[in-house]
Amino acid sequence: MRIAVLVLALCAACGDGARVRIGSKKFTESVILAEAGTALVREAGLEVEHRRELGGTTILWNALLAGDIDAYPEYTGTIAAELLADAHLDADDDVGMRKALADRGIVMSSPLGFSDTYALGMREDEAARLGLTRISQLRAHPELAYALSHEFLERKEGWPTLRERYGLDATPAGMDHELAYRGLVAGSAQVTDLYSTDAEIAVGHLRVLVDDLHHFPDYRAVWLWRADLAPAAAAQLERFAGRISVAEMIRANARARIDGEPEAAVAADLVARVLGVRVAAVNASRADRILTHTGEHLGMVAISMLLATLVAIPLGILAARRRRTGAVILALVGVIQTVPSLALLVFMIPLLGIGWVPAVVALFLYSLLPIVRNTAQGLTGIAPSLRESAEALGLTAWARLWRIELPLATPAIIAGMKTAAVINVGTATLGALIGAGGYGQSIMAGIRLSDRATILEGAVPAAVLALAVQGVFSLAERWLVPRGLRPARGARARVPAVDGAA
Amino acid sequence: MIELRGVARRYGEEVALEPTDLAIARGQTTVLIGPSGCGKSTLLRTIIGLVIPDTGEVIFDGVRVDAASVRAVRRRTGYVIQDGGLFPHLSAADNVALMARHLGWDAPRRQARLDELAALVRLPRELLGRPPGALSGGQRQRVSLMRALMLDPEALLLDEPLGALDPMVRIELQDDLRAIFATLGKTVVMVTHDLAEAAFFADRVVLMRAGAIVQAGAVADLERAPADEFVTRFLRAQRRGFGGAA
Repeated sequence: MRIAVLVLALCAACGDGARVRIGSKKFTESVILAEAGTALVREAGLEVEHRRELGGTTILWNALLAGDIDAYPEYTGTIAAELLADAHLDADDDVGMRKALADRGIVMSSPLGFSDTYALGMREDEAARLGLTRISQLRAHPELAYALSHEFLERKEGWPTLRERYGLDATPAGMDHELAYRGLVAGSAQVTDLYSTDAEIAVGHLRVLVDDLHHFPDYRAVWLWRADLAPAAAAQLERFAGRISVAEMIRANARARIDGEPEAAVAADLVARVLGVRVAAVNASRADRILTHTGEHLGMVAISMLLATLVAIPLGILAARRRRTGAVILALVGVIQTVPSLALLVFMIPLLGIGWVPAVVALFLYSLLPIVRNTAQGLTGIAPSLRESAEALGLTAWARLWRIELPLATPAIIAGMKTAAVINVGTATLGALIGAGGYGQSIMAGIRLSDRATILEGAVPAAVLALAVQGVFSLAERWLVPRGLRPARGARARVPAVDGAA
Repeated sequence: MIELRGVARRYGEEVALEPTDLAIARGQTTVLIGPSGCGKSTLLRTIIGLVIPDTGEVIFDGVRVDAASVRAVRRRTGYVIQDGGLFPHLSAADNVALMARHLGWDAPRRQARLDELAALVRLPRELLGRPPGALSGGQRQRVSLMRALMLDPEALLLDEPLGALDPMVRIELQDDLRAIFATLGKTVVMVTHDLAEAAFFADRVVLMRAGAIVQAGAVADLERAPADEFVTRFLRAQRRGFGGAA
């Protein structure tokens, strides 16, 4: 009940009606397009915000339906096969897609120009050695190792049907798209899925295998926006119609991914080249970014820990008091712990949308187990003679809990909070996947851009924060744990005791 | 003062206490004695509701001990156990004053009572600031006794209060305890397995075996007219072990 009220209050606090919010998926092309769209909408004098790298298709689509974002770049193939799967439309049936989207309150823009379809690719030298140019030739090489992105493995038009169509016999390893590239370069895999606008294609590292059986559907880039998007903003986004060629997109991707230029600058340049409009590239300095991410990260950790403590200690007390209820409580919070964090975050989008509310709720749930368990163990571990002494004094049950049992359990409770907080700091990096920001933002951007410095920009402060949190709780231990319960430090704590009266 | 009427308790199949009647006179020191597992601690604990009897009832100063009255009864008794049962997170003084603070005594009143009790149990006042872990076993039992006496209870229940102390300290505390009992004139019920200690303190000894009272009376009565063979054997065994102190 209390949580529900708090969550509602937070939702109310973070809602911001007037501002246009443009989302992007967590790959470079999506980020550049959203950045370009944001810049162009801003150029029209509107309040606009780019909610970067929110995750995959599911997250963006649900966020759009829920009104957490107003627009994002998408591809016709994805719209037909994933978003409107029930309608069984073809990716080139624009009329059908527009109609089905309109039923959901969503508008599809004119195609932007380029198509970013799936493809299979190999390292140029490897492909040349084996003489491979077409996907159908792969059938003769079952010895090749495939590293495919998770999304490609699961999509209907991806691996499951591709394999059938071409009769391929391979057991692909699923991994992050960006990591699959690295695997290819390092030689641990030979075949991966690519997008036809991938930056690596431009610099000639990769050979795209021809889809000779025409398996992959049409993946023209479009904007999706909510029907209630401000007309002025929609008009700005529509200006991209037919203007971005495959070559322009590959070029932009390569500048961001290979040359390591900031996406905002690449996007501003793209807008200038294809529309002839000069827009300002808003680029935060590294120090600004770290500061912002620290604020977001600390906020998530602090609020989720506070809520978890408020809920978990009473649950722990209940678990210690009633053995059967306790077993149920511990089983429940234990089960929560086994839910993969990414899955939990995605589950929460339909309920709580995107942003820091679902992130805080997820972190809250993950923080429960260590605190509940330690509270329960701290209380049940109290020596029976002490429990009985407290009873024999004639203290009320409440006074026994407050004056005797909880103080005796403090070392265990604080240890549980410390564990929860340190895990929390690490898990909070995933908050970036659903738009909660934090250090995870830099880590993800860094992985995406193969940029170590950017990864470290998130990873180092996260590690420092974990250490700091540990330090804070160690200090809290010294403050809160009663003197008689602390481990003896040196000779002063234990004055040599002499038996008998003086 | 305290009366047990047909009090019995079992744990599953195991009988801890057969149906037992016992009257404990006001102002007297009654010692419960017997081999380990004979039910003497169980009997003691029924008096303040730490063990709830399956059948029978305990009457404390005319009041039946039940869920409604047990807290009041506990506040009118002091309870000391073998290891003192002091709370390690509180200083000795806070242990002693815990209930008084809970009942809203003001600081000067608490301090006055602490001083009085420290003098009574002969505990140096500077030790009161220490946590129990920084006190010796004997000092801890003195603090525990102070805590039991803080609210000036009518009855004192002691469960092997000197059982964990080494012999020198034990002798010294025995002397002090007997003097304190004599000074205060309270109803005392003590559990021990040591006949010499029982004889040293008791106005009346209650000898128990296998959850039942075998014989009650002065130690001399037990020796002169043992109720059965067990009494004779128990007395003989104790005399050999402790050099004829009885």
